[in-house]
Amino acid sequence: MKTLGLLINPIAGMGGSVGLKGTDGMYQEAVRRGAVRKANARTALALKALLPIRDDLLVLCPSGEMGEDLAREMGFQVKVVYSCGPDTTAEDTIAAARAMADADLLLFAGGDGTARDVFTAVGDQKVALGVPAGVKIHSPVYAIRPEAAGELALSYLKGACGQTREAEVVDIDEAAYREGRVNTSLYGYLQVPYERRFLQSSKAPSPLSERSQQVNIAWEMIDQMKPDLYYLVGPGSTTKTLMDVLELPDTLIGVDLICNKKLVQSDLCEQDILKRMDERETHLIITPTGGQGFLLGRGNQQLSAAVMRRIGRERLHVLATQEKLFHLHGAPLLVDTGDPEVDRMLTGYVRVIIGYMEEQICPIGAERQ
Amino acid sequence: MKKIDRSSKVRTGFHQAKWDEPVIFELTKPGERGILVTKANPEVQKAVEGTSVLPSFLQRETAPALPEISQPRVLRHYARLAQETLGADVNIEIGQGTCTVKYSPKVNDQLASLPQMREMHPLQDESTCQGIMQIMYDTNRYMCEISGMDRFSFQPSGGSQGILTMASLVYSYFKSKGQEKERNEIITTIYSHPSDAAAPHVKGFKIIYIHPDENGYPDYEAFKAAVNEHTAAFIVANPEDTGVYNKNVLKFTKLVHENGGLCGYDQANANGLLGVTRAREAGFDMCFFNLHKTFSTPHGCGGPACGATGCTKELEKFLPGPLVDFDGEKYFYNYEITNNPSAIGKVREFNGVAPVILKAYAWIRSLGPDGLYQVAKTAVLNNNYLFKKLMELHCVDAPYIPGKQRIEQCRYTLETLFKETGVSTADVQRRMMDFGMHYWQSHHPYYVPEPMTLEPTETPSKEDIDEYIETLKYVFDEAYNNPEKVKGAPYQSVCHQLDESNMDDPKQWAVTWRSYLKKFN
Ligand SMILES: Cc1ncc(COP(=O)(O)O)c(C=O)c1O
Repeated sequence: MKTLGLLINPIAGMGGSVGLKGTDGMYQEAVRRGAVRKANARTALALKALLPIRDDLLVLCPSGEMGEDLAREMGFQVKVVYSCGPDTTAEDTIAAARAMADADLLLFAGGDGTARDVFTAVGDQKVALGVPAGVKIHSPVYAIRPEAAGELALSYLKGACGQTREAEVVDIDEAAYREGRVNTSLYGYLQVPYERRFLQSSKAPSPLSERSQQVNIAWEMIDQMKPDLYYLVGPGSTTKTLMDVLELPDTLIGVDLICNKKLVQSDLCEQDILKRMDERETHLIITPTGGQGFLLGRGNQQLSAAVMRRIGRERLHVLATQEKLFHLHGAPLLVDTGDPEVDRMLTGYVRVIIGYMEEQICPIGAERQ
Repeated sequence: MKKIDRSSKVRTGFHQAKWDEPVIFELTKPGERGILVTKANPEVQKAVEGTSVLPSFLQRETAPALPEISQPRVLRHYARLAQETLGADVNIEIGQGTCTVKYSPKVNDQLASLPQMREMHPLQDESTCQGIMQIMYDTNRYMCEISGMDRFSFQPSGGSQGILTMASLVYSYFKSKGQEKERNEIITTIYSHPSDAAAPHVKGFKIIYIHPDENGYPDYEAFKAAVNEHTAAFIVANPEDTGVYNKNVLKFTKLVHENGGLCGYDQANANGLLGVTRAREAGFDMCFFNLHKTFSTPHGCGGPACGATGCTKELEKFLPGPLVDFDGEKYFYNYEITNNPSAIGKVREFNGVAPVILKAYAWIRSLGPDGLYQVAKTAVLNNNYLFKKLMELHCVDAPYIPGKQRIEQCRYTLETLFKETGVSTADVQRRMMDFGMHYWQSHHPYYVPEPMTLEPTETPSKEDIDEYIETLKYVFDEAYNNPEKVKGAPYQSVCHQLDESNMDDPKQWAVTWRSYLKKFN
């Protein structure tokens, strides 16, 4: 018998229907404006796909509206692993996700905030998949539609789809977003089941081909490296592949330092970086975030204006798969170091390594606040 | 008696032959034979003994694992497979964008299958094949006139090999100057055909890509940032796969020349430009034509082809040899180039696929210069008509250069359809086949979401185009009213529903019968 962890953020999506950009911290206001709960209905669309295997499936879930009610209503076999009160919070999501550690697949419904909570609870060790129910869905851990999430979950639980991929958990600062500014941060990666036909584009790279592209990128970067110089390696799965190819440990969401293909120091903070820069000529290898294409200022704040002033444009090496660049539709890669002068210095065109002996010319623009 | 109702624009009655035809290896019956070769009589055996036998080290120890099968069963097998195709003679060929699938006059096929042509061998003495040599010589002159180049080679047997030949010319040119190490970069655009990057990459060049700017044309500012002392060449398609024509291309080629590089024009899809513009005037040093597209020989989806590659006088000495020349009296193979140590050498045996050159020649001669220009005008007109009609549909859009004219083809997007119905371009493709219509999406990777690439050429009549449009509309209506129907297609066609998820995992496929047996037995 397979087990499915089911976790619904019951208030997800409420803000959206009443003109609020997200529900984080705005629940009362949403209710005041007459928002109704929709997350359970969205999740039902996904769970419908699992009805054919209902008899061979045990659903682990929190009590009440966070999963139990819906699962019972649809006739699934249910085991309540966490009980919560009527007004559920992010803490409930985190605790409930932790309580489902044994599930074969964790299916959660919500938005970017929910994905963050799930990531906080389970990290990148558990296979999880999001049912889009929230207002903000920027994290590719979510399937494109609730039905697609259901079908993909079915395929994964039946063993038909064996592959998983690392998908980004990103979230935007809702307070800023309500004022018309978009601030995305990368929080980490979840392992999601992968099947091509459920992705936005049915010809998007699979984990295998994406991985091989990343390996090609890594080899090109390695060929371009010069002896005895310092190379700072920024966060992300593309830069992680570079470290993998060099057989070095990597900090997925931190900055590491290498020299002559050996690790010098892991997870440096701004002060570490500045100190190291006094020792040798230092280059920086970074990859933009998926989605908005931030090179600097999102998830890598240790690469500060002071650091970038000294790196300059010549010692900056940008890596990205072509797929990632394509999602930008020609929009510039963004830098936001907090110092307009440094941002200006970084703007212009940069050669982005997209494969072995392959580069694309991309504009860098400053994120104007 | 009732009058037959022919009012429907959509061929809902189409049904294709469908067989669960095994792979020929599965049809094998040990001992069954197609031909029993009689043994030579004893005198003959004795006379030839030892002379016709392969040396023992070349002889195989076990018989090859060929299917053992009788003639009628072989015939049936291939006849069935032949019925399971949706060829250009069966459907209204509008759906195979970037391939210029036009009507190829049957009379030209007949010419190519005349015994004088069919039974000729490329190693025959020159004096016995003056006819085809003249045709090669003259076709070369026509290509020069159409493109403005000075000399063509017909050796490359496809567009991609034409591109490889251009990249090789570039390499030879810089090698002859001792600069092949420094000049190691080739610039192309994202929406050029993927072979424009892939073939030079095979030749060892680093590839630099340019993305369109906010107006939808290749970004000149990015291009300026790309061109430098390492630039060997700019190799580009124009119009690009999207049908977008870069009218500022002269500015691009000029910049490359100022920086000491060369320019190669991918003219695989020249159908909208015949008699309108020429590669030479756009500043290119090299170009190639796909005779199997624009010149109707035809595009066999992998059939015999020719990527006729031409260049300027300056580069001629690097072309693959020999070339056919004329001394005032007779045609002869000129081997002079083959003595040039910097020349690229052969890219294929002999002088290309002779019947293909003959068919292109016949097609050009039957049209003449005015006819060629008329082809371009009609192809563009057909495309404009199709474009206008499709853009009226809610679920169709065409990214880049909004509102502006494409040339002879266009890459559309069905993103709206997909978002609103969950029906993807791949579903539409499979459903179109139920009505006997070919439909093509895009090259990999998909840069345009849910792409659909259509190219009507000069062939279809207005009625044909209308039928294609009506069929598309029928499928789109179905997508909104009964999406599952479209997703479950095809029903009347031979194609299978494939899960492409793990297609790039070598464990999931076998390219030979032997590896299939290894993996699945
Ligand atoms: C613009 C362009 N260039 C090159 C090619 C490659 O030609 P071939 O298929 O003959 O290799 C194609 C064919 O699709 C093309 O459309």
